[in-house]
Amino acid sequence: MNIVVCVKYVPDATADRRFESDNTVDRVGVDGLLSELDEYAVEQALQLKEKSENPEDVTVTALTIGPEKAVDAVRKALQMGADQGVHVTDEAIAGSDYIATSLVLAKAIEKVGVPDLVICGMASTDASGSVVPAMLAERLDLPQVTFASVIESQGDQVRIKRDGDTATEVIGATMPLVLSVTDQTGEARYPSFKGIMAAKKKPLETLSLSDIGVDAGEVGLSVAWSTVDEATERPPRTAGEIVKDEDGSGSTALTEFLVSKKFI
Amino acid sequence: MSEVLVVVDHVDGAIRKPTLELLTLARKLGEPSAVFFGSPEAGTAAAEKLGKHGAEKVYVVDDAEIKGYLVAPKAEALQQLVEKTSPAGVLFVSGYEGKEVAARLAIKIGAGLITDAVDIEDGGVTTQSVFAGNYTVKAKVTTGVPLITVKPNSAPVEEVGAAGTVEQFAATISESAKKAQIVAAQPRKASGRPELTEAAIVVSGGRGTGGDFAPIEGLADALGAAVGASRAAVDSGWMPHSFQVGQTGKVVSPQLYVANGISGAIQHRAGMQTSKTIVAVNKDEEAPIFELVDFGVVGDLHKVLPAATEQIEGRK
Ligand SMILES: Cc1cc2nc3c(=O)[nH]c(=O)nc-3n(C[C@H](O)[C@H](O)[C@H](O)COP(=O)(O)OP(=O)(O)OC[C@H]3O[C@@H](n4cnc5c(N)ncnc54)[C@H](O)[C@@H]3O)c2cc1C
Ligand SMILES: Nc1ncnc2c1ncn2[C@@H]1O[C@H](COP(=O)(O)O)[C@@H](O)[C@H]1O
Repeated sequence: MNIVVCVKYVPDATADRRFESDNTVDRVGVDGLLSELDEYAVEQALQLKEKSENPEDVTVTALTIGPEKAVDAVRKALQMGADQGVHVTDEAIAGSDYIATSLVLAKAIEKVGVPDLVICGMASTDASGSVVPAMLAERLDLPQVTFASVIESQGDQVRIKRDGDTATEVIGATMPLVLSVTDQTGEARYPSFKGIMAAKKKPLETLSLSDIGVDAGEVGLSVAWSTVDEATERPPRTAGEIVKDEDGSGSTALTEFLVSKKFI
Repeated sequence: MSEVLVVVDHVDGAIRKPTLELLTLARKLGEPSAVFFGSPEAGTAAAEKLGKHGAEKVYVVDDAEIKGYLVAPKAEALQQLVEKTSPAGVLFVSGYEGKEVAARLAIKIGAGLITDAVDIEDGGVTTQSVFAGNYTVKAKVTTGVPLITVKPNSAPVEEVGAAGTVEQFAATISESAKKAQIVAAQPRKASGRPELTEAAIVVSGGRGTGGDFAPIEGLADALGAAVGASRAAVDSGWMPHSFQVGQTGKVVSPQLYVANGISGAIQHRAGMQTSKTIVAVNKDEEAPIFELVDFGVVGDLHKVLPAATEQIEGRK
């Protein structure tokens, strides 16, 4: 069985994330890392491998699209236990929207061979779109089984439980398919010292757009199907009023505040 | 004036409030037409309310054959409806389904997609709040029919009295769209409180509740609010995941958000930072949540909330 895990390199959410002068996300000046939410995808890929009858017959490939530094996301996945990595990087990709990102991912996946499972995170922590998995499924003409909180597989059958918009649902499909997983699937492992050492010897391929048969004119900021015209930092909140509760004064102050704002 | 398609979000025919907000926003782009996936009878029944809130037309797509499948069939039906109507835009409610149907449709029809808009201006310029609310972004779709998913609570519900003329639309659905099967669906039990994402007021509890949500629920009921929770409270098994507010839970934008015993981690902020007024009760005056608040009480929620609830009840 082959599994491709799509991992994104994102600006650290605890750092000062910002935009460039061309209104694209600053992906170079801000420290980046493997998106927290994609760690869960890597974890589930590894668990599927470990739980399979012949783990050695399962290959987990970590795939990322992004600038030079984005290779760190793949490295982390290799350290956690993925077998091999693919990093698609090309200056022309900068500023790509979901449409172009999903195109490059789909072409890269076709290049390495459409696997039995493509596993994604539920959302990237920067764009938070939650749309790339569905776009990938559309491009690869695969079913999508998304936002999983519990995953079960038997042979080529996959069933997930998920907390849908209005109901708790069970979704089922036959491989090949695109799966996306939430943080409800369980904590992702930390790379062990052994894992970190082993990762250095694992195959890691760097591909350009021409390697995967994508024309540079199809991607990037200039051809994005949507444009960001303005990105403004929210003015700092004016400091709110903070009171200390002493002998019940806090509840009275709270009630007064709610009354003054007409919530009562 | 061209049509603007609004994809109706409903549960067994009961239209959810964010759809009515979409009808308000759709009028800035053109003439709203609602798209209702359901039985012809349910569609006809829903048309009255949709018309009242601005839908000139209501396309009813019979979902008898597709309701057991996830996302893909709806995207196919919408592709055919877009080809027929050449709309000025298609609007969806931001949720798992709305986003993914929009995502597939974008690829099918070669159209740009904007997710989680909190406003749409004339001409289709959208406003989004990104990086946990630290940036406001204005964007616009430049290729194809603009596809926009809009967060709940982004626009008022308005009654305008449009025709709401029902038109049945027969879509052809391919077999390959029917591969992800909804094997079972267990609707969530009604809590008797407002829906979390739609509520005007949300009262949330975190690890600081120690597992006792009675003070949270008491205040919520006094204010007519929905109840929310932090991931720590959900992970502890105190509240179901459907109550979680944050990056991997629900994103809420109420008029008032009251965070109790919640420290204010970045992932929690991502789900509530666009709330209009923020209040926190926390016993630690250094808690980061206080950086966000309009009003804060440094104190024990088990003392402050029950007393405040009693005072509020007394004022009503
Ligand atoms: C990938 C990922 C996704 C995540 N997604 C989410 C998400 O969607 N939503 C979310 O909420 N979190 C999310 N988290 C978790 C987040 O990082 C925090 O761990 C979580 O929000 C903390 O919850 P808390 O504030 O309830 O608990 P804590 O951080 O432990 O804070 C408890 C607070 O309660 C206060 N307190 C204690 N006792 C009392 C008392 N008696 N009265 C008043 N105050 C009291 C304390 O002073 C403290 O500030 C995510 C984390 C990761 C890694
Ligand atoms: N540049 C990228 N490289 C690899 N995977 C990506 C990339 N962008 C998005 N993804 C995958 O798609 C998921 C959802 O992303 P998004 O739609 O941007 O929220 C992520 O969790 C990743 O698994």
